[in-house]
Amino acid sequence: MTRLHSATELEQLRAGILSSRNPAKPCIAVCAGAACHGLDSSRVANAFQTEVGKLGPDAGVEVRVTGCHGYCEKGPNVVVGPDEICYFEVSPEDVPEIVDRTLRGEVVERLVFAHPDTGEKAVHMGEVPFYKHQTRLLIGDNIRIDPMRVDDYLAVGGYAALAKALFQMTPDQVLDEVKKANLRGRGGGGFPAGRKWETAKNAPGKDKYVIVNAHEGEPGAFMDRALFTGNPHKVIEGLIIGAYAIGSHRGFIYTRHDSPQLIQHIEQALAQAEEYGLLGENILGSGFDFRVEVHYDVGIFVSGESSALMRSIEGLPPEPRPKYIRTSVAGIWDKPSNLNNVETWANVPQIVGRGADWYAGIGTAGSKGTKLVSLSGNVVNSGVVEVPMGTPLRKIVYDIGGGVAGGKAAKAVHFGGPMGGSIPVSLIDAPLDFDELAKLGAPIGAGGLLVMDEDTDMVDVARYFLEFLTNESCGKCVPCREGMRQTLKVLTNITKGKGREGDIAQLEDLNDVTGAACLCALGRTASDPLKSMLRYFKDEYETQIARGSEGKGSEATGSAAR
Amino acid sequence: MSDVVMQIDGKEVKARDDMTVLQAARAAGIHIPTLCHHDKLEPFGACRMCMVEVETRGRKNYVVSCLYPVAMDLVVRTRSERVDKIRRVILEELLAHAPNSPELVALAREYSADRDRFDKDPSFCILCGLCVRYCAEVKQKNAVDFIERGARREISFIPEIAATECWDCQECFALCPTSYAQAAFFLTEALAFPGRRKASAKRMMTVKLPSMQRCDAQPTRLSNDRRCDCSKPAS
Amino acid sequence: MDSAKIDQIIEKHRGKSGDLIHVLMEIQHQNHWLPRDVLHKVAAALDIPFSRVLRIATLYKTFSLTPKGRNEVHVCTGISCHLRGANKLLDAVERATGIKPGETDADWRFSLETGSCLGSCSIGPEIIVNGTHHARMTPAKVEDVLKEYP
Repeated sequence: MTRLHSATELEQLRAGILSSRNPAKPCIAVCAGAACHGLDSSRVANAFQTEVGKLGPDAGVEVRVTGCHGYCEKGPNVVVGPDEICYFEVSPEDVPEIVDRTLRGEVVERLVFAHPDTGEKAVHMGEVPFYKHQTRLLIGDNIRIDPMRVDDYLAVGGYAALAKALFQMTPDQVLDEVKKANLRGRGGGGFPAGRKWETAKNAPGKDKYVIVNAHEGEPGAFMDRALFTGNPHKVIEGLIIGAYAIGSHRGFIYTRHDSPQLIQHIEQALAQAEEYGLLGENILGSGFDFRVEVHYDVGIFVSGESSALMRSIEGLPPEPRPKYIRTSVAGIWDKPSNLNNVETWANVPQIVGRGADWYAGIGTAGSKGTKLVSLSGNVVNSGVVEVPMGTPLRKIVYDIGGGVAGGKAAKAVHFGGPMGGSIPVSLIDAPLDFDELAKLGAPIGAGGLLVMDEDTDMVDVARYFLEFLTNESCGKCVPCREGMRQTLKVLTNITKGKGREGDIAQLEDLNDVTGAACLCALGRTASDPLKSMLRYFKDEYETQIARGSEGKGSEATGSAAR
Repeated sequence: MSDVVMQIDGKEVKARDDMTVLQAARAAGIHIPTLCHHDKLEPFGACRMCMVEVETRGRKNYVVSCLYPVAMDLVVRTRSERVDKIRRVILEELLAHAPNSPELVALAREYSADRDRFDKDPSFCILCGLCVRYCAEVKQKNAVDFIERGARREISFIPEIAATECWDCQECFALCPTSYAQAAFFLTEALAFPGRRKASAKRMMTVKLPSMQRCDAQPTRLSNDRRCDCSKPAS
Repeated sequence: MDSAKIDQIIEKHRGKSGDLIHVLMEIQHQNHWLPRDVLHKVAAALDIPFSRVLRIATLYKTFSLTPKGRNEVHVCTGISCHLRGANKLLDAVERATGIKPGETDADWRFSLETGSCLGSCSIGPEIIVNGTHHARMTPAKVEDVLKEYP
């Protein structure tokens, strides 16, 4: 791989890659995303490679092992380009037939999507209900990219935005573009990214840091991993552009230790980017230096909180600091540090490449662009979904998600994991919007959308999230550690049929102090799921408590209860 | 280093701009309760007792005064219905672990905290971190530290270090509001390194217990040598 | 325990106090647990207080201060798996292995852990044994799955 020394050389390389590829040649993309991998997609991939290998170097078809396609429920997923023929639940035994038919330009009918009610078939991605209602600006490229090959990213236009930023724009212009686009943080805070960048940029000091938060600890959220594992370069490109805008020369990727595939792909991407001169010293001959190092969380939710994350990078226990010490001013080693989520960084190349005006044309007044959503729980089509902001939740759950599994009715949807809230199905027409959902008490958070069916015990769900947080909090401050402990006790008693009169008042009181007095966002929002339950499902709580105080002491019901 | 003019409880207070609200209040003779604070240690922000209401540019917020920096025209209220509620509930949560700690009991009286609100869980430690931080920052021995996390967080004397350092020091025992620190040390000693205590004829005793006298300047504080910095003799 | 490999890992990070998590992570992956004398070596090599090493080692679920069994069984208890019945699955695994989360059986055959969300919610509830996913599990399938692991 030759090092690139200019934007022109980058374009020449890209042209060379494209001209060496035949766009009409069928390409079999096998998904190796987390769920497909768990369904043994590697055997499918191996079978394809063996089968195509038999055809020799002039085979009329090629195989590409890619990251997450998104339709996790129906894995192992295979998409045959260029027409994007989608095959589902593929097994190694299906492989010879797929290869044979593909070479003949035919479709394997039995493996395509068939509507569960009507039997109607959909062959191409644009026809499959799960995909056709989405706007896959970020995750769409996953089917075209082998994460271990940077050339695949270049083939879809990768790093053109970086070249534009470095050579046609000043750092201030890049910053202005991101501010104009009103890109809001995708990690849970929804804070305007441009403003955060500006604070770090203007903070005193020469050393500034940029950080990718790839921790994704929120239970039920898996889209960051799907994006980062499947297209690491998109995130890296966004990071380099951000570093240029802010004036940072050192970046950190903070991710989980428990996904070997993710780690391998990140390391490979960084190495290949460096080989091409897209990372490191004198990027593309621009004079801009930037290097990246990778750090790991080894298993605690609180280290996804930005100030705790920074302590962890320093090698210290992950205890958050209060927000009056802004990390964009004093972060890692007290230097200005700009932290953003994986998905936030992934949005940057397209904002720079296609312009803020284009970006701001997608979404609502307050929430721009598209959002990745991890759709799971009691839903028919679980997977990674990408829709424009403002999309009604009904569309996501029913049109894309296929409704509730098992023919049951939906009861509620939950956003934001342990720091979010549940809303009843009667509010399912609410738009996917930071502010609108926050007003309803179910803030988007990272984007994990949990569908809950009619058998779900809403007391148990609140109890579950609180139990999760009591195990995942750092334990430093009293209202979080003790407040959650006491709240959990009350909820556990209620679910065990030992509710007492006055429990709801007790819960509200505890919630009040926990929400006001905790040191960090984990503690302050720990009371939010319960708050939403008491707002929308109070009668269910009262019923369970009454059952207890009448001495009936029956066990809680629900698909999830013990 | 310039001066900042702010308001605490309606009183005009001047402070250096590098002070925290707690420091400014104390300098002006205004009392704010604390549990995890000690002048010899870095502020910790864990107990949340020192929370106050601050108002700046018309916006109200609740912050811990031990860490919150002073600012020009900052309006601070050290008591309010909300502030008092926060302190009360925190005390009730801690009293579940250490119902007889004199310091907690005295504060409970002031804030009408119900000692029996929550079921007792007699772990005694309120995780104020005074012992841990004193040993790390002042003695620089790191013989005791936190372990585990969340609701399972606790302090632990590290036998390898405690065996040689603690008996001759014992200074953290007096800092502990619940007397748990010394109990933890002796239990660790009994289990991990029994019989290794250096018995020296001169220092045949004993733990330095906090003196149970009241301090005039801060009536809810007991006159421990640890935090009472008014330098007034105890009554 | 491969002391040579462990020493190699420690040497790589000698003097770099900020590398504590990296060191412990690499040793955990290599050795499956963190012996106390190794923790002392790490403290000395990185020039940090032993108490901090112990604090970090006890804080994270990934680190084990006791030896693990031959087969590490992980039952996902993330919210999506929970909604799909992870509790009943965990009960079945506890019955089949005879241990509770955090424990190892007397024959060193199984170590059981629960934990949240490994990012494959669509195939939940699942158990992961030695890194291999067993998707869409039911309590009835548990015995057969665990039989494969001697």
